[in-house]
Amino acid sequence: MSADADLTGPRRGARALLALYGVVVLAALYLPLLAVGFASVSKGRYLSFPIRRYAFDWYGEALASDTVREIALTSLKVALIVTILSVFIGFFGALAFARYQWQGRRAFQKLALLPIFFPQAVLGLALLMWFNALGILPSWKTAVVAHLVWISPVTTLIIAIRAYSFDPALEEAARDMGCSTWRTLREVTVPLLAPGMVSAGLFAFLLSWGNFPLSLFTLGVDATLPKWLYARMVSGYTPLVPTVGMLSVGFSAGLLALGLAALGLRGLARRKAGQARQDI
Amino acid sequence: MGGAEHRLGLLAAAPLALVLGLGFLAPLAIVAAFSTMPERVFDLGHAPDFSGYAEMIRQGYWRSLLRSLAMALTATLILMVLCWPLAWAMARIWRRFTLVITIAVVLSLFVSENIRLFGWVLVLMKGGLIDGYLRHWFGVGVDGLLYNPPVIVAGLVYVYFPFMLFPMAQGIAMAPEDARAAAMDLGASRWTVLREIDLPLAAPGIMVGALLCFVLSAGAIAEAKLLGGRSVISIGDDVETAFTYAQNWPLGSALAVSLIAVLGGLVAIGLARVDLDRIMGRR
Repeated sequence: MSADADLTGPRRGARALLALYGVVVLAALYLPLLAVGFASVSKGRYLSFPIRRYAFDWYGEALASDTVREIALTSLKVALIVTILSVFIGFFGALAFARYQWQGRRAFQKLALLPIFFPQAVLGLALLMWFNALGILPSWKTAVVAHLVWISPVTTLIIAIRAYSFDPALEEAARDMGCSTWRTLREVTVPLLAPGMVSAGLFAFLLSWGNFPLSLFTLGVDATLPKWLYARMVSGYTPLVPTVGMLSVGFSAGLLALGLAALGLRGLARRKAGQARQDI
Repeated sequence: MGGAEHRLGLLAAAPLALVLGLGFLAPLAIVAAFSTMPERVFDLGHAPDFSGYAEMIRQGYWRSLLRSLAMALTATLILMVLCWPLAWAMARIWRRFTLVITIAVVLSLFVSENIRLFGWVLVLMKGGLIDGYLRHWFGVGVDGLLYNPPVIVAGLVYVYFPFMLFPMAQGIAMAPEDARAAAMDLGASRWTVLREIDLPLAAPGIMVGALLCFVLSAGAIAEAKLLGGRSVISIGDDVETAFTYAQNWPLGSALAVSLIAVLGGLVAIGLARVDLDRIMGRR
């Protein structure tokens, strides 16, 4: 916490209270995950707290299970395809959202926001009926479409934040020096937006991997991890539920750590490079 | 606004517009069309008679609509109060702790809401984290924490917390610090500053947060199902039943259209007042 005590800010006691409040909120945010974590290492078949015997048996069972592997692979497949497509859509969407001054821009901005301001479960149900009406059998492919409807606007916004902050003069300079539109895009725009695209890709993957309300209704007979977990929660509970839940969360966390490390390293390298230039 | 730039804009907008046209606007149009159809038909080749809406009123489905809206409103109001001090401190006081909170809250978003809600079930259930340890330490437990309307509202508050916190903090950060200082110099009390300066200047962020929370929680299904048991049927639940088990598309569509009309109206009014370029940081 910063020590810049300004005159308009609250006094020390109030600051301490606020910090305490922040810590309590964070604890409440993660309390359910703590409970799931404890449940996942409980040895008994019937769960009750306090847990008497701890064991990692269920983790072994989950990793050995063919069903779990198959469902994890479906989740992975959906998330990867959604990531690639939504970063592509989001890249161009962000240019239309933030960079180019064109007539339909305001309307396009509102359109891009609508799916975010829409209850996902209702969207999933509307899509289910849409696919039924078209005679398309719901499967993991329709779930990809459903995820795209919600995640492409998110990637568009993330990349747009980056697009807002770059100077259009850079692109104009490239064009003035004779670059084609395509070459300007490839050699100026893409590198400038790259950090936004990496963050957007990370968000897209993780949001698709963990998505529940859209997946619940649009997967048909296929299942991703959240959908399978839900089915086991409401009927046919097995001790695999907390275990598979923790494995899924652990996978997200690992991926996120990798992504943050990559972005951090890139930032560090750039700062070093900037330093080197200054030294010269 | 050159012609070339206009063409580029159109071209760049095309992929997203295509996805949203085919995957968002078209499904909503078909739901709207089915809502006018006679009972239990599965194609649109019938004369519209709006019997889905009639059934909605006759069978009392409007009650679950009102109930869901009421729970969403309660959750939104609670979130406004809960998030304000935190959002304010994140925008005005903290530097590093703001980063910690931001990362921790964003991280929690990546965990499926059904896993997080299941965690709350484990915390609150009979023999769960709270009840089990109280019984273990004091011999008396607490029962009946789950399966009632307040716990559903608590679940909504928990799940949609980030959607209030971040827009609110952004709204507060956009308000100039000078205005506060000036008001203080002129002798305004803390309460006056809050009412006359902080709240009005942060209003766009608060409105975006409130809209998001209200809209998302009004259509939510998982909270009522996992935490609420079957004590309360939400409107989303009714739509699901009509579309799946009951195979009554016109009724489900009429319910969905009624919900979407309320939420869409609010979003349209709210978003018309927000300048996106400014909120997202155009230079």
